[in-house]
Amino acid sequence: MPQYMLIMRSSAAALEASKDLDMEEIINAMGAFNESMMEAGVMVGGGGLSDPVEGFVVDFSTSPALVTDGPYGEVHELFNGFWTIEVANKDEAIEWARRCPLGPGAKLEVRRLTDESDFADFADNEFIQKEQGWLDELAHKRES
Amino acid sequence: MADVHAATPVGDEIARRLGAVWRIEGARVIATLAAMTRDVSLAEDCAQEACAEALRSWARDGVPENPGAWLTAVAKRRAIDAWRRRDALDERYAGIARDLREESSDGVEPIGDAVLRLLFIACHPVLSTEAQCALALKLVGGLSSEQVARLFVVPVPTMQQRIVRAKRSLSAAGVPFESPDPSEWKERLEGVLRVVYLVFTEGYAATDGEQWVRRELAEEGVRLGRRLCAMLPREPEAHGLLALMELQSSRFAARIAADGSPVLLEDQDRSRWDRSAIRRGREALRRADAQGRGRGPYTLQAAIAEQHAVASSVDTTDWSTIVVLYDVLGRVAPSPVVDLNRAVAVAMADSPDAALRIVDELVASNALPASYLIPSVRGELLARLGRNDEARVELTRAAELVGNAAQRGVLERKARALDTWHPNR
Repeated sequence: MPQYMLIMRSSAAALEASKDLDMEEIINAMGAFNESMMEAGVMVGGGGLSDPVEGFVVDFSTSPALVTDGPYGEVHELFNGFWTIEVANKDEAIEWARRCPLGPGAKLEVRRLTDESDFADFADNEFIQKEQGWLDELAHKRES
Repeated sequence: MADVHAATPVGDEIARRLGAVWRIEGARVIATLAAMTRDVSLAEDCAQEACAEALRSWARDGVPENPGAWLTAVAKRRAIDAWRRRDALDERYAGIARDLREESSDGVEPIGDAVLRLLFIACHPVLSTEAQCALALKLVGGLSSEQVARLFVVPVPTMQQRIVRAKRSLSAAGVPFESPDPSEWKERLEGVLRVVYLVFTEGYAATDGEQWVRRELAEEGVRLGRRLCAMLPREPEAHGLLALMELQSSRFAARIAADGSPVLLEDQDRSRWDRSAIRRGREALRRADAQGRGRGPYTLQAAIAEQHAVASSVDTTDWSTIVVLYDVLGRVAPSPVVDLNRAVAVAMADSPDAALRIVDELVASNALPASYLIPSVRGELLARLGRNDEARVELTRAAELVGNAAQRGVLERKARALDTWHPNR
């Protein structure tokens, strides 16, 4: 089954406004959404991102690249977190995305994760082959 | 999903949306209805009618904000109509129909429990194994009869008939919409696990037909398994089964050659194993062990699969641990298939000679008489011992007995290869 990433993006204004909302309510709504995906057996991964104040952006428009500390006011959309789900098809991915409890100013971008078949033409490429080994190593690290 | 079709492009879009909604909420809709009507067959019929109505109504008025609740509400109305018609026939129904009309909420119990009951009923012992698998996918997996038919590679009318007959059997046997009695819980849970694993294995290594794997079917098995774990988080064997399926699935890409023929474990390119599936499998195995109630047959098989998953090659595989795990598995769930697999592990950990003695004991006890498994393993061991003529006879016999065409091809190739095989090469 294909895997899709639901990428949560918010405008800076919406993020600012959300600070007035009841955090517990948000956690509960998101928790219920997560639970429904666990119960359906579709969730395979996910993670949240900390406040953009802690982040920074490396912009390659100039050489050398320009590093800007958060909250990078010129960026209109902020990447806040993601889910990875394994579902039957794109239609189902859309249907899950619709259920995400987000409000005005927030968006979900939904992207299919590439798999081996997407790189079939480059199967002999050294790095494509190495990548599997790296994933292997990382999986071991995470487990230990 | 309901077995309904749409002809127009707009209708097609609605049908796809309905299909996705049904995938996610179908089991809940049916479970809610069944909890109210106490009749799974009627619940499913009403849900089907609600889907048919959704196609018409959503195309006309747009998709409602909460499509799952819409389907449940419409299905409920259909159930009330059905009960009304039956009121006249049987006084007993009248009271239930009244309760149904008066019931305001979606049900009084957590919906997960109702979906679990639905799964127990789909896997009820009054049904044939085939029907159990089909119903589990149809009622709990959110698939249409058409999709289930395609996954099992049978004609759609055959599958529809199978499902109709299964629903009739449930009604005829008077199966109540209830969780199994505590006294029979263990046995019934084993039945559910068996059905979920069968859905998986029929996809992982098809027992018949031309295709060697039906990956989508196996993936539906994994999905049912994840669902079961979410509903029964305290059952170690639910996690053990999921672990086994995730670990086996990790090999999908590597075990099919470009021409579609099977690639044996020893010949697989292990860099193509799916690391995230292995990680999920090992996590599920840890959850099984964390329950602290010992390892059942699925958990033990998962532990064996884990040994393969973490080894970089056949040679670096910890075969002696695998032999020990098979020893325990043979005691927890004795079966000639386990003995045979243990023999293969012994051949790797110890010697083909030692393994052959185990297999010969199985032959002497007339185990698995009509199966290709014993001659195929025996042929393999004899070939390793350089006894080519005997090996060829066994492999040819295995090829005659095997049901799957792709597996037959592999066995025939092995038998032919022995003609030019030299022990020193």
